[in-house]
Amino acid sequence: MSPNAGGDATSSSGPADTVRRVTGTGVPVRGNDVDTDEIIPARFLKVVTFDGLGQFAFFDERFDSATPEESRDGGAVGADEPLDHPFNEERFQGASVLAVNANFGCGSSREHAPQALMRWGIDAVVGESFAEIFAGNCLALGIPTVTASQEDIEALQDYVDEHPDAEIEVDVAAEEVRYGETTIEASVDDAQRRALVDGVWDTTALMAANADSVEATAASLPYTDD
Amino acid sequence: MSDGTLYDHVWDRHAVTELPTGQTQLFVGLHLVHEVTSPQAFGMLAERGLDVAYPERTHATVDHIVPTADQSRPYSDDAAEEMMAELEANVGEAGIDFDDPTTGRQGIVHVVGPEQGLTQPGMTIVCGDSHTATHGAFGALAFGIGTSQIRDVLATGCVAMEKKQVRRIEVTGELGDGVTPKDVILTVIRKLGTDGGVGYVYEYGGEAVEAMDMAGRMSICNMSIEGGARAGYVNPDGTTYEYLRGRDAVPQGDAFDELRAYWESVASDPNAEYDDVVTVDGNALEPVVTWGTTPGQGVGISEEIPAPEDLPADKRETARSAQKHMGVEPGDTMAGYPIDVAFLGSCTNARLPDLREAAAVVRGREVHDDVRAMVVPGSQRVKAAAEAEGLDEVFTEAGFDWRGAGCSMCLGMNEDQLVGDERCASSSNRNFVGRQGSKDGRTVLMSPPMVAAAAVEGEVTDVRELEAVREVRA
Repeated sequence: MSPNAGGDATSSSGPADTVRRVTGTGVPVRGNDVDTDEIIPARFLKVVTFDGLGQFAFFDERFDSATPEESRDGGAVGADEPLDHPFNEERFQGASVLAVNANFGCGSSREHAPQALMRWGIDAVVGESFAEIFAGNCLALGIPTVTASQEDIEALQDYVDEHPDAEIEVDVAAEEVRYGETTIEASVDDAQRRALVDGVWDTTALMAANADSVEATAASLPYTDD
Repeated sequence: MSDGTLYDHVWDRHAVTELPTGQTQLFVGLHLVHEVTSPQAFGMLAERGLDVAYPERTHATVDHIVPTADQSRPYSDDAAEEMMAELEANVGEAGIDFDDPTTGRQGIVHVVGPEQGLTQPGMTIVCGDSHTATHGAFGALAFGIGTSQIRDVLATGCVAMEKKQVRRIEVTGELGDGVTPKDVILTVIRKLGTDGGVGYVYEYGGEAVEAMDMAGRMSICNMSIEGGARAGYVNPDGTTYEYLRGRDAVPQGDAFDELRAYWESVASDPNAEYDDVVTVDGNALEPVVTWGTTPGQGVGISEEIPAPEDLPADKRETARSAQKHMGVEPGDTMAGYPIDVAFLGSCTNARLPDLREAAAVVRGREVHDDVRAMVVPGSQRVKAAAEAEGLDEVFTEAGFDWRGAGCSMCLGMNEDQLVGDERCASSSNRNFVGRQGSKDGRTVLMSPPMVAAAAVEGEVTDVRELEAVREVRA
């Protein structure tokens, strides 16, 4: 686990804080259409809590394991042969800003995917585009999914490769990503920006306050008479 | 923005209020629950001391981890047993209906909802599963959600959503023999891309869709997410209403007629406005199979596999690595690609009409010596109905394994998995690397009759070239 995997505090309970900006070192994961089966293979979903999922992030791309059984138990991770992957590289340990390409997080709705990234240490994702369910799952955890042009993202990924110790600042409120001498224009979905900047992404609390209106809506629907 | 579409109508009927984020608080008419994505949500609820707000609008089944061979308890896989026990405890405490395997109703969540009549037109339906769009086949607004959103729905009966745009996908003409709804949706995804639907809800219509039975419409809506669209739907019509009549959760007599009036009222207006319209010529389609590792990497059975350099710049690198993984060459066709495993199952294609179509191909033939083949019915009821008409014998006599209901080898969360670099002809929905349980495994997506043809020939085969195969979709 990386040292700044403390983002867990926002995962499940308590009043949400605001996330105006995220600052930290970066890690690039390249490629379009990175799906949630890649981010966390299905065999690691056989759990009843999200605890400890960080070690399984991108597991099959990070480790060459002989059989699923061998790699299923957390204790066996050390026995697997490490492969080349940014999440395995010493210089990217401790990174909190993930830089990705297009349609990141497509496929399954598993919240285990952003949970695994968060528990590995990721606090913000910057990419060309994101799959909708993945972005919604990130928001529920207080993780911004910020988009920028292909050119800007590729430049950011190259910069992070060359400067693994450099701070990347993801400014959600200003819709900018800053690094070195560079500022790139980024875009944050309106609802996401408001939720993070105003600290209102705890939708359970928000919606529970409207219980009476919910009752009225329910009663107005013809199919709820049964 | 769209106006007068089913999406607009259903949205408006379920909108509770606007939230400070600008999102809409949307009432959920049906919340479907399964064992993989729900335990953490129930945990969060308990942490906050909250109860399930609408247990009567919630329904649970077990599907992802359930074994399809020996289903006796406790399950031999401890992790699976723990998840099952957790689900039983959670739904028991909350008073949620649960199709456990002893009820005879258990099955894949997107099969049991429709077959019990829980899924109805004009409803909002959510589930912690990306294939929830399946239920859109009934003219419901149905979409997948994550675990934190499951917590929202359990606690409040609502979900926070932003309104999307609506793209009408018009499938004209008539599908030829051997061409199925699966071929239509694989074509749509190939054409519009795996992210073409991000920000959109898809409305499927046109003569070819109107002619489909409910199973076919479900296959199409099911894979909307593979094209990036979180929801997809078909306007309800006579086919929909006749399917629903007499189902467990559907009222009868006058109550049915009253509901039907509501169902008719939510369909898209004749002059509805769409944000985009795309037309697909149904007459021109042939069976489609995938050559790569995303569902958008499909090709007609007689067409050549594309060269990466002929694809748009942003698709080339993915295509190169996909072709390497699959062991295919540009310029070849997929016909003749050797097959080790045939999987007939999944929420996309494991309903009775799917099994009938595959059985019509298999009847009187034998599974190729080099192929292990299995049928995993979508639910216990599908299995029983298939057995009542003797389909199980058709499959087993040919050499197929006839299994219990579940998600099975679609995602390899139970013991049904590819081994090593096996190549699988699969009626499921995702050909991602590692999806079927082995990171070196290779998945070729196709329709049920095409899976049957591949199973008997031992290689990807144009089902139309096998003799005496007839359209049997009821």
